[in-house]
Amino acid sequence: MMLLKLACYSLGSRLGTVLLTVLMMSVSVFVLLSVENIRHQAKESFQQSVSDVDLIVGPRTGQINLLLYSIFHIGVPTHNLSWNSYRMLQQHQDVDWTIPLSLGDSHQGYRVVGTEQQLFAHFRYRADQALDFASGQAFNKTYDAVVGAEVASSLGYQAGDEIVLAHGIADTSFSRHDNHPFQISGILKPTGTPIDRSVFISLTGLEAMHADFPGADTAPNLTPQSVTAVMVGLKSKIKTFTLQREINQYAGEALQAILPGVALSSLWSMLGGVEQTLWVISLLVLLGALIGMVNVLLLSMRERQHELAVLRALGYRPGFLFALLQLEALLITVSSIIVALLALAAGDIWLRQWLLSQFGLFLSESLLQPGMAHLLMGIVLAAVVSALLPAINAYRQGLNLQLR
Amino acid sequence: MLLIDNLTFRYPGDDRDLLHIPHWQVEAGEAIFLSAPSGSGKSTLINLLAGILTPQQGTIRLLDTLINQLSARRRDAFRARHIGMVFQQFNLIPYLSVMDNIRLASHFSALSAAEADKRASQLLDKLGLTEAEAGRKAGLLSVGQQQRVAIARALINEPELLLVDEPTSALDTAHRDRFIDLLMQQLVPARTSLIFVSHDTSLRSHFSRHVEIGALQHDAA
Ligand SMILES: Nc1ncnc2c1ncn2[C@@H]1O[C@H](COP(=O)(O)OP(=O)(O)OP(=O)(O)O)[C@@H](O)[C@H]1O
Ligand SMILES: [Mg+2]
Repeated sequence: MMLLKLACYSLGSRLGTVLLTVLMMSVSVFVLLSVENIRHQAKESFQQSVSDVDLIVGPRTGQINLLLYSIFHIGVPTHNLSWNSYRMLQQHQDVDWTIPLSLGDSHQGYRVVGTEQQLFAHFRYRADQALDFASGQAFNKTYDAVVGAEVASSLGYQAGDEIVLAHGIADTSFSRHDNHPFQISGILKPTGTPIDRSVFISLTGLEAMHADFPGADTAPNLTPQSVTAVMVGLKSKIKTFTLQREINQYAGEALQAILPGVALSSLWSMLGGVEQTLWVISLLVLLGALIGMVNVLLLSMRERQHELAVLRALGYRPGFLFALLQLEALLITVSSIIVALLALAAGDIWLRQWLLSQFGLFLSESLLQPGMAHLLMGIVLAAVVSALLPAINAYRQGLNLQLR
Repeated sequence: MLLIDNLTFRYPGDDRDLLHIPHWQVEAGEAIFLSAPSGSGKSTLINLLAGILTPQQGTIRLLDTLINQLSARRRDAFRARHIGMVFQQFNLIPYLSVMDNIRLASHFSALSAAEADKRASQLLDKLGLTEAEAGRKAGLLSVGQQQRVAIARALINEPELLLVDEPTSALDTAHRDRFIDLLMQQLVPARTSLIFVSHDTSLRSHFSRHVEIGALQHDAA
């Protein structure tokens, strides 16, 4: 009890430097916790951008390319998969459902994806989560469009609004398909996946837009020539590898089938460097703060000689002085952690909104996680180890301290 | 009470002994004034008696305990229970209240916390410190007040030996005499022995016995 009182009052007597140290430490703990959390959740969010799709099929462009087109709607597909091959997949005996995807157009910087109703019926993300509508419904008519949550919120769209799509990815005015305004039939709920940043129209709508004549509803042939990729769901998962081999060896066209989970993992490991850099930087920030704390404690030792001498004269052991310094370091560290946690709790909603709007990073869970306990314990441990330096210093002073 | 035999002490690295005391005895209840010029080793002797320093040779027997042969841990415990100390300056921890400064010492006493606090209040009262001053941070008191708090703290555990190292050098003559009178009044007759060291021989009239360190160093005193 004496020890705690002494430590508190001693810190209190140096309030200015101590508060600065606490501030420095809490900033570093805040950064460390945020980075660790975002890192963890980003990986999860990334890995969960698609579920329940057994195979993704496309032309032979490489596993990562195919993944980027089909899941992330990124990149410019160089060649497509023919409509005949799509029909082949659709009618294959092992195939339960297919979702065709056609890229190439954009709207205000967001990608336009031509697809079919099956998307809303069969596409799953996270743990078996289907797409839900925040308002409206799926596209029915040729010039209907469904927009993702982020498209709607950032462009201020509501169901019923008319939008103009542009050919190509660059949104230059001369490439706009001005003749064919689309009407928003529905807006999807946020998913935390690239779905949020896409505009979906039917394949027919896509053809009609390119066919370039008004009233395409009545046009004779709007069957597409090709699609960019196809997501495939099987009747039985056991057939996955058999079908994959079959598709890869398909005689009609050079095709490629990939397993989304495997491809996502290898893409994530390509991004792993960034993740690790962030982690190392936040560890360095913590190290800096710990050195700062040790420095403050060590500098205080000189002016505290008399204080330590008095304690020794009264019969306190050198071990007590050691414990005193350790406790002071611990109090600083624990206060910093509390401040950081409070800041994290306060900034939680704000920070998550910012991540979502700036990086499309959707963190479903709060930034405050029980799993942080390990990390916090690690920080406390690091503080205890760093405080060995001033604590041993106090101990040794205590051994030789003379009273005068 | 205190018996020193054949003691020699030198600081590590020095080439000659700073202290050599063949024989010295102090009886229980004696109030001894030990005078010596500055730099002759008064503070060093106090540290030896308190068991902070240990002699290279000889024995220091306090209350039938050979303190220089105790383990460091037991020496610290012995000091806490049987020895009170007042130094030249810097006796108190400035950021603690007067009461908390005394509690630092009474922490080791056999008394309960409440009893010790009561005793501390009585002592402070006798030493002329008000209750308001007892609650104040020690660093805010005047030097004279701080020295009085130091006496209260040194006596709170009713030590058998009180070691006082030039506590008056910062006080003017009037305050100095008052301080020594107060100190003497607090001693339990025939129980607490006092060793008061100073280079200022004009103080010796307050004490029952006056010893010069030079005399100690050579023949039996
Ligand atoms: N830790 C130490 N290491 C080496 N020498 C020391 C140490 N402490 C004191 N001395 C030396 O020992 C001698 C006696 O010092 P001490 O403090 O005991 O003197 P003193 O009689 O108390 O003096 P003063 O009246 O000025 O307080 C001095 O010459 C001093 O330089
Ligand atoms: Mg001295």
